[in-house]
Amino acid sequence: MKLALLEKLNAARRARQAVVQIVSLDGGEGLVIVEGEATPDAFAEAVQSAFLSGKAGNVDVEGRPFFINAYLPPPRILAIGAVHITQALAKLAPVAGYDISIIDPRTAFATPERFEGIDLVADWPEDVLRERPLDAYTALVAVTHDPKIDDFPLADALRKGCFYVGALGSRKTHAKRVERLTALGLSSTEIDRIKAPIGLDIGAASPAEIAVAILAEVIAAYRCRSLASPVAQAGAAQ
Amino acid sequence: MTVIDDPLTIAEDWQRQGRDVAIATVIETWGSAPRPTGSHLVIDGEGNFEGSVSGGCVEGAVITEALDVIASGAPRMLEFGVADETAWRVGLSCGGRIRVYVERLAA
Repeated sequence: MKLALLEKLNAARRARQAVVQIVSLDGGEGLVIVEGEATPDAFAEAVQSAFLSGKAGNVDVEGRPFFINAYLPPPRILAIGAVHITQALAKLAPVAGYDISIIDPRTAFATPERFEGIDLVADWPEDVLRERPLDAYTALVAVTHDPKIDDFPLADALRKGCFYVGALGSRKTHAKRVERLTALGLSSTEIDRIKAPIGLDIGAASPAEIAVAILAEVIAAYRCRSLASPVAQAGAAQ
Repeated sequence: MTVIDDPLTIAEDWQRQGRDVAIATVIETWGSAPRPTGSHLVIDGEGNFEGSVSGGCVEGAVITEALDVIASGAPRMLEFGVADETAWRVGLSCGGRIRVYVERLAA
């Protein structure tokens, strides 16, 4: 492999772009294709499939062996709410390989002392998400319990095709949320993607246990997504 | 898991520092294999390594082969499995089979 190809591959991964590498297994030249770039016709099908599935595989093209490796952006979590649950989630997420950022405009909650070493932004989600847009490889976890803070990022996450969208609140709270999001123009199919009550049902009681339930649900959403899921569709459309 | 310190980023850094680098990639797996297809192990000319292609079973053998690949510049295809005597010796005890492609990172 040439260094220039590795540099291109690494630059794309740093920019959270999906990228595919074609390795010639009989000593020929390799190729690195960032999503959206043109693909040689002979590889089109295999490359498209790699972008969709994120899975590596072998392919013979004109009698020559190639290996196709796919690198999808690492899934990350964006949490709305610098609360007790996200204090625990911020510790758990990196262990499972998820980067996490936390947004909360309430400066009493969003203090560096409560979230030491964590990427924490004490500002309104509307403003932060303009600078740091959501994408299909991001999980949105809204746990402030306050519509003024949670609703915008929830709607944005549904529109951007985040692979997971979860919101804290009882069924009654969620029913009101559904009404508000409907009024914002979201379809019932979109709104149905919200996981509420949030987290796998493991009988979680403490904030830390709820954080475990949320993380497990995020992992399930990522690992069990199908090719027809919004992640794959948004990825393919980019 | 972060992109910053993963094997391919380290390979690029090592090359920039003037070190010789080989990249090993799991090309194919059969049965129970601990690391999925596409996993990387990167090796420098001194035998330093980052990443993995198995659960630690065959890394030693891959590193040895990688040093040869760095010296010769010619890529190699390695195969390890329980049916293979070498694999018994290096101990792919999980019962799977893997094929690993090792190539030198060229300037």
